[in-house]
Amino acid sequence: MFEPRVVSVGLPLFAAELARLAVPVLDVDWRPPAGGNARLATLLARLDAGRDEVERANARVFDLLVEGRPFLVDCRPAHEALELPERVVLHAGPPVAWERMCEPMRAAVACAIRYEDWAANDDAAEALVRDGRVRLAPCHDWKTVGPMTGMVTRSMPVFVVENRAHGNRAHATINEGLGRVLRFGATDDSVIARLRWLATEAGPLLGAALRASGGIDLRAHMAQALRMGDEMHQRNVAASALLVRALMPHVARVGGRHGAVARLAEFVAGNDQFFLNLAMAAGKALAAPAGGVAHSTLVTAMARNGTDFGIRVSALGDRWFTAPVETPVGLYFPGFGPDDANPDLGDSAIVETIGLGGGAMAASPAVARFVGAGGVAEALAVTAEIREICHGEHPYFLIPALDERGAPAGIDVRRVVETGIAPLINTGIAGKKAGTGQVGAGVVRAPLACFEQALEALLP
Amino acid sequence: MSSGAGPVIPAWNFVRRSLYQDSVTLMRLARDMEAVAGVARAAAMMGTPQNRTLLRDAGLLTAEGETAGPTDLIVAVLADGASAAEAARAAAEAALAARRPTAGPGAPRPRTLASALRAMPDATLALVSVPGAYAGAEALKALRAGLHVMLFSDNVPLATERELKTLARARGLFLMGPDCGTAIVGGVPLGFANAVPRGLIGIAAASGTGLQEVACHVAAAGEGVSHAIGVGGRDLSDEIGGLMLEPALAALDADPDTRVVCVVGKPAGAATLGRLRAWIGKLAKPCVAVFMGAPPRGDEPWHVAATLEDAASAAVALARGAAPAPVEFSAPAADIATLVESQRLPMRRLQRFVRGLYAGGTLAYEALGILSTRLADVAPGVAGRGQAHRVVDLGEEVFTVGRPHPMLDGTIRREWIEKEAADPATAVLLLDVVLGYGAHADPAGEVLPAIRRARAVAGAAGRYLAVVASVCGTEQDPQRRSAQVTALADAGVIVMPSNAQAARLAALIAGPRV
Repeated sequence: MFEPRVVSVGLPLFAAELARLAVPVLDVDWRPPAGGNARLATLLARLDAGRDEVERANARVFDLLVEGRPFLVDCRPAHEALELPERVVLHAGPPVAWERMCEPMRAAVACAIRYEDWAANDDAAEALVRDGRVRLAPCHDWKTVGPMTGMVTRSMPVFVVENRAHGNRAHATINEGLGRVLRFGATDDSVIARLRWLATEAGPLLGAALRASGGIDLRAHMAQALRMGDEMHQRNVAASALLVRALMPHVARVGGRHGAVARLAEFVAGNDQFFLNLAMAAGKALAAPAGGVAHSTLVTAMARNGTDFGIRVSALGDRWFTAPVETPVGLYFPGFGPDDANPDLGDSAIVETIGLGGGAMAASPAVARFVGAGGVAEALAVTAEIREICHGEHPYFLIPALDERGAPAGIDVRRVVETGIAPLINTGIAGKKAGTGQVGAGVVRAPLACFEQALEALLP
Repeated sequence: MSSGAGPVIPAWNFVRRSLYQDSVTLMRLARDMEAVAGVARAAAMMGTPQNRTLLRDAGLLTAEGETAGPTDLIVAVLADGASAAEAARAAAEAALAARRPTAGPGAPRPRTLASALRAMPDATLALVSVPGAYAGAEALKALRAGLHVMLFSDNVPLATERELKTLARARGLFLMGPDCGTAIVGGVPLGFANAVPRGLIGIAAASGTGLQEVACHVAAAGEGVSHAIGVGGRDLSDEIGGLMLEPALAALDADPDTRVVCVVGKPAGAATLGRLRAWIGKLAKPCVAVFMGAPPRGDEPWHVAATLEDAASAAVALARGAAPAPVEFSAPAADIATLVESQRLPMRRLQRFVRGLYAGGTLAYEALGILSTRLADVAPGVAGRGQAHRVVDLGEEVFTVGRPHPMLDGTIRREWIEKEAADPATAVLLLDVVLGYGAHADPAGEVLPAIRRARAVAGAAGRYLAVVASVCGTEQDPQRRSAQVTALADAGVIVMPSNAQAARLAALIAGPRV
């Protein structure tokens, strides 16, 4: 016979009796799978028949997600780094046609076109898109991730992140700062002026410094920042400070003109979210090799375009599974409220895909203020909940408040559908009216429908 | 020997790339490594230029360590050999990988079996008690994860049971249940079970309360139970064919703690009975079997017992190397006769029938069998139908759909007691009171108000109602058997030492006058 160490699924009474007798027992907080939806439960059961194969594939994908070594190596114009051609505008999220695009993203596209001097005004810009003379494409298809509207055009400088475990690269623009910025759909002259400065002065300086540095180890950086209270989506203040510490000596060394160095230092120091784009590029660099592994049910991308929320699943390659995106719940800047909020947007949910952001809330109780009552208990509860839908715990992203347990990582479609727990994403909130910019910050859930569709597609 | 003048101890370095750790964590690592035999000194540091200088000056840095950057972890060891260095590295890796699972009070409960297994990777058994429609799926997941299963739920389709048991056998696992909510594995009670000492008698039961009654009588006789495996209420049907009884018998036969094997069930299907004879015939250990309701035969390859009580006493006798001796009544015959007379005297002529109201299914069947051999006009089955003597198993699915089992909540039995008491033909109420883990905290206290009301209703109509009960339980049960017996006796309930004796007494009270 065997020594009973019991998992109790059902009546709490039995687990309580065993616990009283000092028998090792764990009581499952059971609810009907998939919220009692019989069709989904059947799909889950069918998938479970091939469980061993799925578990093996997921173990491999999890390793790819967590064992990669992203290094920040360069900053170059998109036409060099991505070979991005003329008259292409990259946007965040799954593909979306102009007709279905939300207002702030449309405004940003028009502004990006004006910035590239492909059109003199917004009407002309829109005409170019409608005629197909300017092409729209998701950042994700160009080894790139973009926050909020995610605009990337050829002359914009992009950071280059190299995953040294696999040799692949990923990219993201330089974070423009807070408030009235292109990524939130603001389009005034100050926005374009800042973009020009980034392209002509900040970008080249950063590029030269990074090339001289030999590369900055982002995994170690992110692990350290997590210990300093960042979850690297909503809060990047520690990560940004650490980056400045690593970067500025190189900038100073290569930057001949003190004025340029000072301007860059001032710009970076004034932007607590400076690191966000790097966390995102690191995320993309880590997630890209994890795609396309047969039988794996782990999520390799989550992204929103203000209209749809989309996910990619390893075994299902580059296919997007989309559903209407929700509007974040959060806190607002003075003068704004929930009525001003645009539905969620941006590729930044790649951060949640690799185990940071919402799921790492336990490392960042300050951010938990956006959820429920907020505070430490809330933060721990969020991470515990997200652990239920993840394959494992990150071996490098450790959380002191959890006794050095890792942040949950590797979102498993099966677990999401079975528990009905949708990934939680920490996010900024864009104004829904074109040209407004950021109006607040908060949290949003991924729509379960994306995961349900993916589950269906996972079955042969 | 002085170490200062000894040979130079070589240094080993191991570099973990892109691994950030706080310095406090790393100082603890160093301490852990220095505890390894053969290690003179150890350090774990991030490979910043300053740290590399420190290590170099201490003679701890090798060419490998020189390659480390500020975000790489250097594990450095001075050790008297490669194996000690390797052991120190392993100690460091283990300390780095150690994750304290957040369990205990306050820890959030896992939402699924799969996530429970991550928190408890050494789990051996899943106790499944979710609604029947979901139970099969949960049991299947548990079996696929390599767990034994105790399937407490009922309303599990027969085909599902067959599929689960077939898979369990293929994986060398037990699927205990369904329709048999009890087991004791290595002294651990699972589901409804009693506090029974560990001992020499192994039980394989296709019956929940049958298992409980046998185990309690074994305990009352001063012996104990090695393991009690509830193989499922339908396991001996020909549809299931003893899929779990066979491995249960084999396990008990092989178990070093078991001296006697005891099989408990309702009558086996015809084809299964044949197989059962072959399986038991092969056992190296003596075997007692009781099949409630089957006419006992003399030529079986086991010691035939007619009642659960006899099965327990036979098993105890065999364990002690004595000859089994069945019991009719524990009390002397004269005392029984007096007792019967005292109950019959105040009754009206129309009061002629026994009404058995049971929480335990097998106990109901046992009572039915005993009444049927002693009384005419006993309604067949335990559905509570028939106009004369009748027995009802209130734990049957028809009564439990949408309401709790009567062992958990006596509401349904209280309703039936009052209903039977209102019938002028009722002479005797025959009851079981089942104790143990999982059962109601005070089953006697729960049923007594209904008994008092029943007696008041009958008394108002000039009738005297006899109430006969037995208590299935032990002194060590949370409800304490003696306390339950006293409570019942104080209320005028006649408490017999076993269900079989209770049924016999009821039959005598309601039987024809001699």
